[in-house]
Amino acid sequence: MVLFAVLAAFSLFAAACGDDDDASETTATPAPAPAQDSEPDTGTDPDDGAESSADPETGGATEDSPAAGDEVEDEASEPEEVGGEVKVGMITTLSTGAAYLGEGIRDGFSLAFELDGRYELDLVVEDDGRDPALAQQLADRMLSRDEVDVMTGIVFSNVAGAVVPQVVNSGTIYISANAGPSPFAGAQCHENYFVVSWQNDNMAEAIGYYMSEQGFENVVALAPNYQAGQDMVTGFKRFFGDADEEIYTELGASDYAGAIAEIRDADPDAVFFFYPGGMGIAFVQQYVASGLEIPIYGPVASFDENLINAIGDAALGLNNSSFWSVDMENEANQVFVNAYREKFGATPTSYAAQGYDAARLLISALDANGGDPSDTAAIRAALKEADFDSVRGDFRFNSNNHPIQAWYLREVVQDPASGNLTNVIVDTILEDHADAYASDCSQ
Amino acid sequence: MSLFVEQTLNGFQLGFTLLMVSAGLTLIFGIMNIINLAHGSLFMVGAFVAADAGARTGNYAVALLAGTAAAAAAGLVLEFGLIRRLYHRDHLDQVLVTFAIVLISNEAVQMIWGTRPSSVSAPSFSDRTVTVFPGLPYPVYRLAIIAAGIAAIVFLHLLVNRTRVGSLIRAGTTHRELLGAFGVNVKLLFTLVFAIGAGLAGFAGVVASPLLSVESGMGDHYLILSFVVIVVGGIGSLKGAVYGSLLLGLVDTWARTYLPDLFEGFLDASTASTVGASVASASIYLIMVVVLLARPNGLFGLSDD
Repeated sequence: MVLFAVLAAFSLFAAACGDDDDASETTATPAPAPAQDSEPDTGTDPDDGAESSADPETGGATEDSPAAGDEVEDEASEPEEVGGEVKVGMITTLSTGAAYLGEGIRDGFSLAFELDGRYELDLVVEDDGRDPALAQQLADRMLSRDEVDVMTGIVFSNVAGAVVPQVVNSGTIYISANAGPSPFAGAQCHENYFVVSWQNDNMAEAIGYYMSEQGFENVVALAPNYQAGQDMVTGFKRFFGDADEEIYTELGASDYAGAIAEIRDADPDAVFFFYPGGMGIAFVQQYVASGLEIPIYGPVASFDENLINAIGDAALGLNNSSFWSVDMENEANQVFVNAYREKFGATPTSYAAQGYDAARLLISALDANGGDPSDTAAIRAALKEADFDSVRGDFRFNSNNHPIQAWYLREVVQDPASGNLTNVIVDTILEDHADAYASDCSQ
Repeated sequence: MSLFVEQTLNGFQLGFTLLMVSAGLTLIFGIMNIINLAHGSLFMVGAFVAADAGARTGNYAVALLAGTAAAAAAGLVLEFGLIRRLYHRDHLDQVLVTFAIVLISNEAVQMIWGTRPSSVSAPSFSDRTVTVFPGLPYPVYRLAIIAAGIAAIVFLHLLVNRTRVGSLIRAGTTHRELLGAFGVNVKLLFTLVFAIGAGLAGFAGVVASPLLSVESGMGDHYLILSFVVIVVGGIGSLKGAVYGSLLLGLVDTWARTYLPDLFEGFLDASTASTVGASVASASIYLIMVVVLLARPNGLFGLSDD
């Protein structure tokens, strides 16, 4: 979309046509999932009788999905008490190098509804292409034409900054499954705005704290030049102390030679970097190729499971901070990871976990209201309770509707079974960690 | 000093990458009078095919050949199927059609290869660093990109100035109708030029991909810079593309390094780095404005048409 910048003469036309083209409406209704007929384990009675076998245990994940498919046909015979339809508007990033971030959120979100099986999810998904202006138009349409009950999905904080006020002020609830920009955690907090992932600063605070514990003194901090990048560096400095040098690169940049030259020039003890998605892959590869051997640290966004595998062996042994990890042993996470692997044939990223939790949070609020999404005040009150089993274990909301949660130290190791790289938790960095802005929020 | 040397090398590396993209773009624009926004997509196609071929064979040379050939082939198909119909339409139509190709190909590569960014491994000889300056190890691969850029421009120079096809191409930039009147198959010439430009863009995509993450839309950034290059250098001028690429590559890299320091003189460190980074990304456009004010046809543009 950056294309518009140069050809000013044509930009209006290009923009007009671009918006229409991009807005490929994909009203995904994942209730009738690609019913995987494969039931190799104890598949006693294969066909229509599946409805009756309602044992909700871990293995039930697979047997549930054909049942969920049937549900559409004979909803009348559905034995559950609650249920109904909920229409969710999801604006997320499904193009650029960050496309897999949005996909993770989308897939995690619909997976939760599919496993739950009681609600019919009408998910309106749109790609924002990381463009705030486009996202605003999409939000407009979702609010006025699609009349969605709830909105979610935005990956990038600059996009969230443009869209969220419009959504929450219209009286619609927004549940963030990723971006947690600082302004909305503090003075601009809103009763309709919930962040199920993290406040941006938090993830950098955790690794900043760890790095100060490790005795590093001179650190160079790198981030893309946008809201979340600035939040990350602020958070890092809040728990580490001042960085020797802060380097801001362009959002979506692919060549980091300049930044790497500056690191070499500054000659720090360690490097902190926040580069989500394709930016992280490019940065780490170029960093390794540059011959620099200064240790690098970053938050979960710079170390998701796709990213470390794209980097390859160079990522082995690197440490990062996270609120969640695929190896967490709590039951909710086991169910999630197994179901995700089964359905998508891949290890879930933190983005998928966030999308999954966002949906689980929403389901908990629907349950509390007899499945009726229309009473915003009641849904809001129920969301605030956060009465669901998060894949990350303990979870609750602060007064500003942002999480209070633990932050862990992870290390990148090779999974002996698959040979892929994966993150494992090695320590807890911060317990019950809240964000620094809640006191500025007057609700 | 070491920082300056390293950033200058980085500037040259960016410049030569840009040159490989913009040389084809300027020929296509200059000779065929086509604004081809899809040129960045050919860069991307080269990178994706190379990533695929590289993953299958583990051989960089195969990846390089496959990526370049795929982009050239895509260029042929594009010219034959679509662009050919646009020669006599105005620029707006061309922009709309080629912009659609950008959107379609950005989606298509995701449908074929998925959304997870992949990568091309650098050839083993270049997977190390050499000391180019006391205390400054520099990746061999980045030097190899500079070499590839020089090789590409030497090839183009010889092709345009020393061969019969080249003389036709040169004639085509200035006297298209006359060339046709002399019995030259202008259509075929155009197809050839388009394929050469596409192949070069694909070649650039492959060469750049061990450094970048291979992802949908990766060519867009280079496309924009390349348009700035050819506007600054002069549309249709290879010489202009050379000077324009190197000028913008160096200015862009230097600005990103030194502007934040400059702003630290009167702003606090944190603000200076964000403001400096923002101004730095605008620096090449400022150059374009200045050049256009002083020389509306670009540095080496033809005086009028």
